[in-house]
Amino acid sequence: MSTPLIMFLVFIAITLGITYWAAKRSSGASAYFAANRSITGWQNGIAVAGDYMSAASFLGIAGIIAFQGYDGFLYSVGWLVAYLTVLLVVAEPLRNAGKYTMADVLAYRLRPRPVRFMASVSTLTVSTFYMVAQMVGAGTLVALLLKGSGISYNWAVVIVGVLMVAYVVFGGMLATTWVQIIKAVLLMSGTILLSILVMAHFHFSFAEFFDAIAHVKDGDKVVNFLTPGLRYKPPYGPLDLISLGLALIFGTAGLPHILVRFYTVPDAKTARISVVWAMIIIGSFYIMTTFLGFGAATIVGKAYIAKNGGINMSGPLLAQNLAGDVFFAFISAIAFATILAVVAGLTISASTSFAHDVYSNVIKHGEPASQAKEVTVARITAFVVGAVAILIAIVLGPTFNVAFLVALAFAVAASANLPVIVFSIFWRRFTTEGAVWGLATGLLSSLILIIVGPSIMNVDGPNVAVAARHLIQAHPWFPLENPGIVSIPLGFLGAFLGTMMSKEDLDAEERYTELEVRANTGLGSERAVAGH
Amino acid sequence: MAGPQTTSKTESGTSVTRSDWNQIAASAEFRELLAAKSRFIVPATVFFIVYYFALPVLVGYAPKLMSEPVIGVLNWAYLFALSQFLVAWLIAFLYVRAANGFDEKGKKILSNLDSTHRQEGR
Repeated sequence: MSTPLIMFLVFIAITLGITYWAAKRSSGASAYFAANRSITGWQNGIAVAGDYMSAASFLGIAGIIAFQGYDGFLYSVGWLVAYLTVLLVVAEPLRNAGKYTMADVLAYRLRPRPVRFMASVSTLTVSTFYMVAQMVGAGTLVALLLKGSGISYNWAVVIVGVLMVAYVVFGGMLATTWVQIIKAVLLMSGTILLSILVMAHFHFSFAEFFDAIAHVKDGDKVVNFLTPGLRYKPPYGPLDLISLGLALIFGTAGLPHILVRFYTVPDAKTARISVVWAMIIIGSFYIMTTFLGFGAATIVGKAYIAKNGGINMSGPLLAQNLAGDVFFAFISAIAFATILAVVAGLTISASTSFAHDVYSNVIKHGEPASQAKEVTVARITAFVVGAVAILIAIVLGPTFNVAFLVALAFAVAASANLPVIVFSIFWRRFTTEGAVWGLATGLLSSLILIIVGPSIMNVDGPNVAVAARHLIQAHPWFPLENPGIVSIPLGFLGAFLGTMMSKEDLDAEERYTELEVRANTGLGSERAVAGH
Repeated sequence: MAGPQTTSKTESGTSVTRSDWNQIAASAEFRELLAAKSRFIVPATVFFIVYYFALPVLVGYAPKLMSEPVIGVLNWAYLFALSQFLVAWLIAFLYVRAANGFDEKGKKILSNLDSTHRQEGR
């Protein structure tokens, strides 16, 4: 048995043990959906970081920096700064006024059925896109990392799918939280170790390290990898970069799997503290992408990475180069754990939203009998979500370009979710029509602009392999890969116009008074369940 | 049929009524809490958004200037990007400090409500 395989199995055994432990403690809806609201600030902070630092960060950003230098580091910046929106604008009001999902806050003051339905459609869209991207990534990665173990892409996808469903169905939010915590601790240890090894390679001299970065061999040229513009080239590059920034800064605060995390803590103050913990961890991690990415560029080299698995293998190959096969196995196992934890977080937020918003409140009109069934419905939903994600990932196959799916998830979160969250917390006049219009415009405009953008619509040369070809062979109608710069204003505009064109809802405005008091004082907020 | 399905309780277990919400919302203490929050949150949000977007705008549209080396080979582009991390952490730190003050104000509002309920004999 290969070393990576043994390390995978150890991780799986530990996480399943936690799931068993959590299953014995999870009874009732508050336990299942919100871990009894008993997660502490630092625990939730680590879990938020674990939910957020996906394989796209660990493997993707290291890879982009290794291949295109400084522009990849720009990604890192946006992923941290985005948490200021979470900290300053959404975390505390959401914790004070909601129960399990972001739609709770909207339903509080608006007509619950239409807003819950639309919010759930948006949540499921974001979660599915994000999950499929992770699953395809996981399949490719496991097949690469476990080369020779006989585990194919399809099997890897099935294993990831089955595990994530097992965590969520049996262990609920408590197990999912602890899987995130373990993963985040592993990811941070691996990254710190790798960074130290990179610096050791340069005799712990920053001058030597940055000097090497300024003289990277790229083919037969020597390139300064600290120079901006290697990836984002004119004419549209700079605009695309700003558009990406907008999606990150406004999208993170609308990601359903991040938002549900704030319901697992006892109160708004703990939610705030957990965001700060998350920012410390996430910030340190993204600063260290300097060592991972530039380390791979200078020590391993682009040519070698391209021949041995490609851009996403930059981090693991750096580990192999610096400390041999066992460390390679350790870093690979961390990458696998990273994906598994993120998909588990997505599964629980998707199934919570379906059970709590659509089943209990839209289909069953919020009657008490249906609320008792929410957990069962959520478990069934998790099964269905898992099966659908496995199927889509297998149909798309390992060569499918998944990067745009993540861009799409952030764009939808920023353009559909954030405008209605912000308006319901801060705008008294906001109406149900405004929320529905805002969600619909944000969702549709992001989808359409991605479809007619260069990720899906482009003309390929005759030498491009069939699997890598763009789905629509035509000149792109929209020049940017990231639709945020257009779709986010459209989402806000839709919510604004929908409100202004609808009749003033005096009922909703009166309940806004209550929401305002709740959001700002925590009066009447959901309490932690004492003991287990 | 809209609105909360369960009645809210205060810390001491009495029910919060419609008039309670309205009274709190209209109280001077609550208005002062909201004002204090906006005094911090609005400028902080505007500042971090401007500071953050200055980075892609500058590296995108003034790449020559940003490639200028400052310390050794380190250029403005890298140093500005690195400063973003420090600025984000600093704003988070300042917010937590300010928010402790908001918590105090919030607690006072809730204890006022409790004492009103006691006086009314609820």
